[in-house]
Amino acid sequence: MKKDIILAGVGGQGILSIAAIIGYAAVETGLYLKQAEVHGMSQRGGDVQSNLRLSDKPVASDLIPHGKADMILSVEPMESLRYLPFLSPEGWLVTNTKPFINIPNYPDEAAIMAEIKKLPRHVALDAETIAKDLGTVKAANIVMLGAASPFLGLEYGKLKDAIEFFFGRKGADLVELNLKALEAGRKFAEENKN
Amino acid sequence: MQKQLLLGDEAIAQGAIDAGLSGIYAYPGTPSTEITQYVIDSKEAKEKGIVATWTANEKTSAEAALGMSYAGKRSMVCMKHVGLNVAADVFINSSITGANGGIIYVVADDPSMHSSQNEQDSRFYGKFAMMPILEPVDQQEAYDMVHYGFDLSEKFGIPVMLRITTRLAHSRAGVARKTSRGQNQLKLPENLKQFILLPAIARKQYKDLLNNQPHFEAAAENSPFNSYTDGKDKSMGIIACGLAHNYLMENYPDRNVPYPVLKVSQYPVPTKMVEKIYEECDSVLVLEEGYPLLEELLRGLLNKGKKVKGRLDGTVPRDGELNPVIVGAALGFDIPELREIPSLVANRPPSLCKGCSHIDSYYGLNEALEKYGKGRVFADIGCYTLGALAPYDAINTCVDMGASITMAKGAADAGLQPAVAVIGDSTFTHSGITGLLDAINDKSNITVMILDNATTGMTGGQPSSAFGKIEDICKGLGVEEDHIRVIKPLAKNHEENLKVIAEELEYQGVSVIIPRRECIQTLNKRMREKFKAKAKAEQAGK
Repeated sequence: MKKDIILAGVGGQGILSIAAIIGYAAVETGLYLKQAEVHGMSQRGGDVQSNLRLSDKPVASDLIPHGKADMILSVEPMESLRYLPFLSPEGWLVTNTKPFINIPNYPDEAAIMAEIKKLPRHVALDAETIAKDLGTVKAANIVMLGAASPFLGLEYGKLKDAIEFFFGRKGADLVELNLKALEAGRKFAEENKN
Repeated sequence: MQKQLLLGDEAIAQGAIDAGLSGIYAYPGTPSTEITQYVIDSKEAKEKGIVATWTANEKTSAEAALGMSYAGKRSMVCMKHVGLNVAADVFINSSITGANGGIIYVVADDPSMHSSQNEQDSRFYGKFAMMPILEPVDQQEAYDMVHYGFDLSEKFGIPVMLRITTRLAHSRAGVARKTSRGQNQLKLPENLKQFILLPAIARKQYKDLLNNQPHFEAAAENSPFNSYTDGKDKSMGIIACGLAHNYLMENYPDRNVPYPVLKVSQYPVPTKMVEKIYEECDSVLVLEEGYPLLEELLRGLLNKGKKVKGRLDGTVPRDGELNPVIVGAALGFDIPELREIPSLVANRPPSLCKGCSHIDSYYGLNEALEKYGKGRVFADIGCYTLGALAPYDAINTCVDMGASITMAKGAADAGLQPAVAVIGDSTFTHSGITGLLDAINDKSNITVMILDNATTGMTGGQPSSAFGKIEDICKGLGVEEDHIRVIKPLAKNHEENLKVIAEELEYQGVSVIIPRRECIQTLNKRMREKFKAKAKAEQAGK
């Protein structure tokens, strides 16, 4: 088993929290893991990515080779396209459709969607709206994790355990809310995967 | 024991805590910051009484660490690669004083300059100082090398460099811990003159250092971190240093490399091992994360021996970080056909945070300078360096810590009037104070803006050594009290601030303007914690 995942977004959007939850579930499954992160200057509103590598054998490189990623999981639509050279021919692109606009030359949103739809395997969803309907926009990243969950090669139960581990300290309500967010994202992906 | 998921930086920190560390000192700098931060935050370190602290700069860090070594205890000092330029004086000389308690310099290089102004390779400094260097290939080695490095340091009475790069510093993997050991007792050096580098003593100590070189090399030849793996195909031998070894292995999914491979993770360069691979193979490929250090040695000035491939002959790009595809191409694998990035994808450079005080400072400064014309703002290293980008386009230089004030002085001495220095509070106490003293002593005509956001912002909000002291420092150095002006950078104060800046630009002499408003990131963090504490108190009160 090998899953190479590129997590993408904009500094401050919290992609590392998604990485931490997947990482916890992977370790509990007994997998090897390497996860390269971006710290420092780019965290100030720049493009950021994390290379997350899961395998049943020890992982050599901290970086995913070009053309070998099994998934790009992006919390921002334009950012999902930045890492296409890394995606394998069979790989999945799972992205949030809500743009994060902090540059003056942000491209046309319809054009971005057209590029995303060119990919043979993609899931695109408005995670903010789904999360808001559940009670808080803050759960959008967990909705995205749910949308990625059918393609992660991890048992769904392990992801739920990881959510309980990370949100347990903050109370049962938050655990339940995030489990719902996870489920909503997963359901969307199951019904709308192209 | 179950493995812990740790960043390379955190593995080093935990390694130090477990290996009997007594003190760790650092000035924050990406990608090294998380090492010291981890020890500061560690409950275990607190219980063990380990001293963990941010200092004014890398030089003061290194000197404190050397003092702790003098007193017989184990110490660590951490910095980014350019931080070693600041600490170079003590670094080089400490290989001549030698160590008493074990001392490790952790230096984090930044190939591809993700968060830095150059990609200098610290192994050259280690070689220059004639000090053993350790270069871990992964998080587990990073952890193990701290224990090993302290032992090496104490065995030979020499400081040791632990060299990492961004990719390892900021990548997480499972790490197995060793049994924790106790700290050293306070114990003075046997020879109380060991650390006095008077010429007569230094000459002798330097000879000792030279005489020790064969021992350091023998340690590298026998190091558990250096290994020679034979391969059937002798048309090429591969020398892979540090992280490069990972990228090599990544290209062979079954991990069977057909060529002989020499993995180098401890220096001085293990000459005998290098000789073996050179003699056995028709050519040698050298893979290094950083400058071509070993490649240059092996190739020699005249390059008349066997074919040596690497960064110098173009087999590997001359600059930048390695990755699996670059190394694959060097091994002769085809570059796979890849999807392209759609042309509509726009660059998204980092930017000042919404609500950042520097934004208001720059709008004030830009307007005040309009009548004089562009090209007169000397800036420094920190978040405010982002003032170089649109829409601010507010600064003209960024070179090294503290260079704003001294470069403004030089330009003012040359006749540029007005000349403005822009420096952050933490950078000011790091390396700005002495330059300001120069300007005052020479009555140079400069305006210094010390942007005081009460923190070391870019690296994540560590405490600033300057906190609450800036006016007193300026007064003490001799800035006239009337020309130390504190303003609050807010949009609503724009006109008022503009007037202050304009007045001081006109003043003939050294003036200091202190735009003071807390960093928006630390403010938000503080408010969140306050809110949490309040909620907790209310919960308890129920």
